[in-house]
Amino acid sequence: MTVQQSGELKDDRRPGGVRGWWDRNQRLLIPYIFITPNLVVFTVFVFVPIVFAFYISLNEWSLIGSPVFVGLGNYVDMLQDQEFLRAFYNTGLYTVGTVPTSIALGLLVALGLNRKLPGRTLLRSIFFVPVIISLVAVALTAAWIFNDNYGVINAVLEAVGIGSVPWLSSPKWAMPSLIITTLWVRLGFNMVVYLAALQSIPEELYDAARVDGATGWRRFRHITWPLLGPTTFLLLILNVIYSLHVFDLIYVMTGGGPGFSTTVLVQYIYQMAFTEGEMGYASAIGVVLYLMLLVFTVFQWWFTRQSENA
Amino acid sequence: MDRLAPPDGGKKEELRGRLRGGDLLVWFLLVAGAAIMVFPLYWMFATAVRPKKEIFSGGFDLVPSTLAWSNFSDAWNKLPWDQFYINSIAIALIAVVVTVFINLLAGYTFAKYKFPGRDILFLLLISTLMIPIQVIMVPEFFIVSKLGWVNSWWGVLVPRAAEAFGLFMVRQFMVSIPDELIEAARLDGAGEFTIFRKVVLPLSWPVVAVLTIFTFMWRWNDFAWPLVVLQERASYTVPLGLSLMKGQYYTDWTGMMGMSLLSIVPMLLVFIFFQRYFVQGIASTGMK
Repeated sequence: MTVQQSGELKDDRRPGGVRGWWDRNQRLLIPYIFITPNLVVFTVFVFVPIVFAFYISLNEWSLIGSPVFVGLGNYVDMLQDQEFLRAFYNTGLYTVGTVPTSIALGLLVALGLNRKLPGRTLLRSIFFVPVIISLVAVALTAAWIFNDNYGVINAVLEAVGIGSVPWLSSPKWAMPSLIITTLWVRLGFNMVVYLAALQSIPEELYDAARVDGATGWRRFRHITWPLLGPTTFLLLILNVIYSLHVFDLIYVMTGGGPGFSTTVLVQYIYQMAFTEGEMGYASAIGVVLYLMLLVFTVFQWWFTRQSENA
Repeated sequence: MDRLAPPDGGKKEELRGRLRGGDLLVWFLLVAGAAIMVFPLYWMFATAVRPKKEIFSGGFDLVPSTLAWSNFSDAWNKLPWDQFYINSIAIALIAVVVTVFINLLAGYTFAKYKFPGRDILFLLLISTLMIPIQVIMVPEFFIVSKLGWVNSWWGVLVPRAAEAFGLFMVRQFMVSIPDELIEAARLDGAGEFTIFRKVVLPLSWPVVAVLTIFTFMWRWNDFAWPLVVLQERASYTVPLGLSLMKGQYYTDWTGMMGMSLLSIVPMLLVFIFFQRYFVQGIASTGMK
């Protein structure tokens, strides 16, 4: 629109009219035209909702009718809400249970598969496959494998004399079941990132160490591990973020139960908003989660910048 | 465990001769690990094709006594699966086209143009990378419902089309396209659109492939957001259909495993044919 209007006004040396104006100014305008579709979608579906979420979090609102301003009321309520505190605790427990373990397993498998071994391409694929499978399918399969009465894990435990474990029906074992399932899903991701990093370590370093008589463990301790440092740090942050995000798996596998034993923050938000109709309270919890994630994201940025400048 | 093999070092012929001691042990452990990784997938299949009464027998047989293929059609007919698949396929394919188009243009612009506000805009966009959908679910649902997109494909795919991950991926790739190529075309008098179409696009197929595959995977596996937007059963996608199968008191495990298996087949095929793109995608975004 503005293109045509001002095109009629401006007209000097080059061919006149819209065409001439466009030829002269396209390098200035093109960037904005090219990013417009992206920015429109982002603004409408991400930026506006973020600002809106902050606003709703200061209100009591059930999606119908108009919001009632309550100030920081929702945030104060949170501190006294046992279920929220439980969800907060569960999120921490799940994060601690999944992050170091899946990174360690990913590193172990990557170290193994970085060796020249027969069939390693196939082995790498097998370890990676769970990453691409929908978490709903994973959750249903895990629910079947961990089933208290007919699940294969309990059948094996019975057979070897340990006896069956109430995996999904007891508050004590539901979280471990989720953590084990998550390890299965996430190992392959960490492995792939570590493998890429391992392949960029120059072989000469190992040769030199070997000449100096360094043993396998010492070569790992003094060459591999320090050089993997940046990768480990990155994986640490990414895995924490993924753990704070987990929804599909828990929603389908345990539904947050039994009781509130596996309810995590993202699920509690969903439940507050779409089961209880407490939009304001749900948004307030969302804001808290957002701030938590922001800390990790800023860490990651800062770190990426550092390593890019180095 | 006496030695760490150098990465990708050595010659192929050495492979057999070397495999002893530490390597053999490592290889053994890896194969055992791979068996554990494969088992759930095998169990999905074994349960799906087992005669229904074998499920609750208490014991466990690794191999089903007979293959009851009719389990699949039984389960398929209990829910409108054909509709679920149509919805899922349509959403995934349209999302691929829209997402790739939007992000390719934007990623190229952020990589190759200098314009006022570029860096701050890019930071702003990338800062949304780690926001879980639940945080903005309420206002986002409000907006989608105002647009009349509840229960529609568009409500699922448009809000996620400007995927910050995709933008990031494209930008990282485009930075590596030499500026000289673009400048040369400009000196020849090519317009900016022509440069994008004739110079940049032909060089971008690798990142288009990666983004296509990732977008397809994200939308095919999507659950949390469709769960909010799609409320009528006729509009459900495959993962929503699957979640319906887990009953509170009774679950048809054979049917459920059969439908789960079926739902992952498209992704398995994509993975088998385009494996290296997955690794590339993760290495280029996870790493950087």
